[in-house]
Amino acid sequence: MSAVLTERPEDDTAQPWWPGIRSVFVRDLRVAMRRRADSLAALLFFVMVVSLFPLGVGPEVALLRSMGPGVLWVAALLACLLTLPRLFADDHQDGTLEQLLLAAQPLPLLVLAKVAAHWVVAGLPLVLMAPLLGLQFGLSPAVAGVLMLSLLLGTPLLSLIGAVGSALTVGLRGAALLLPLLTLPLYAPVLIFGAGMAEAYSAGLPIDGHLSLLGALLVLALAGIPYAAAAALRISLD
Amino acid sequence: MLLSPTATSALSGISGPSDASLPSKAMLWLKEVGCTRGGRLLFGGVNVELRPGQLLRVQGPNGAGKTSLLRMLSGLLLPSEGQVLWRGEVAAQSESFGRDRVYIGHAAALKDELSPFENLQAATALGGIPCKRSDALQALAGAGLADFAHLPARRLSQGQRRRAGLARLGLCAHAPLWVLDEPFNALDTAANGWLEGLLHAHLQRGGLLVLTSHQGRPLAELPQQVLSL
Repeated sequence: MSAVLTERPEDDTAQPWWPGIRSVFVRDLRVAMRRRADSLAALLFFVMVVSLFPLGVGPEVALLRSMGPGVLWVAALLACLLTLPRLFADDHQDGTLEQLLLAAQPLPLLVLAKVAAHWVVAGLPLVLMAPLLGLQFGLSPAVAGVLMLSLLLGTPLLSLIGAVGSALTVGLRGAALLLPLLTLPLYAPVLIFGAGMAEAYSAGLPIDGHLSLLGALLVLALAGIPYAAAAALRISLD
Repeated sequence: MLLSPTATSALSGISGPSDASLPSKAMLWLKEVGCTRGGRLLFGGVNVELRPGQLLRVQGPNGAGKTSLLRMLSGLLLPSEGQVLWRGEVAAQSESFGRDRVYIGHAAALKDELSPFENLQAATALGGIPCKRSDALQALAGAGLADFAHLPARRLSQGQRRRAGLARLGLCAHAPLWVLDEPFNALDTAANGWLEGLLHAHLQRGGLLVLTSHQGRPLAELPQQVLSL
């Protein structure tokens, strides 16, 4: 009678991780689709912050053109910070985070799935919106294209780096305040290379260096950060 | 009804069974496990061996560390001292433990925006064995949620949320170890019967069951080990 469960199943290795990882990604996207107001709020915040600068600085084309990429980048960074505290906090509150830690799949891969969903919901819309907002700063289509490329490489980095901060502050009361303090210093390199890329391009300089550095940062973060965030989650929930 | 030869043994204090005749086939083994939270010793020197088909009830007053013990059993919490062994390996490092163990805590682990059906699918996928659509619907029907399977979980009552979280057990026949924290909380009589049926079937299959429960004593008629913290 007890033989059924005491025997270890033979096809131990035949249990793929993919369905579990995909289910986390799909679940997070579904949740975001059903609370569209939250994702829209971050996008609107981005649009508004960016739009306030031309109003505040005045219509001097040369000035706007030179500060455009930097403003867009800083605004994207802040918009990303707006959604990050909830990356793990919601799951912590309803108990699904515990189940994530207990899952049959390696936690770093599940974290990666969550970060990927966060980027699709919070990062990708910023990338798509950027060229439109670039018009306010008189950016030429080519510069706007380069800016978009830098954001395309950079926003996943923002989500990844933010995930560590979000994991460390999960369950803390002051998370929304603490998270920016932890995360913003780490965002500095991304901002420097990201905003620098479009500025270099508009100054007629080569951008390969910026591109390679952003790419290298992204690869490094993809490889290392899921492990860091997973470890932070385990510490936070202990 | 008696599933295993172990007689009901109420163990006083914090010691487990020291029956030397227990065979070495114990699947779950707590060795001198202790827990310190916030500098305070909650319990220490807990020894338990659990074999297929056995039930362990953890009891004690509020704050005695029942939930901490269950979280240790599941691998959410590392023991401050001692070891939790699963099939002879340290549970936290065992590759198969994630699939072998089902833990359901206080929270129902439901996403409010998703329906019980979607929640169930996500939960079983994380358990390593994704369920088929028909199986999930059947498990929900068993939990008395057939009409609520596709409503957002936000609309469910407390008891229904609890049922939706527990419905997963109907799809976890493959997992030998069930760890349930107060599973009978917030359930009505019908749901109590349903859950007891699931737990009976699990033990009969040779599964291991660890639970805490305050109210009444569901499953009291079964042979069981009792650990008083």
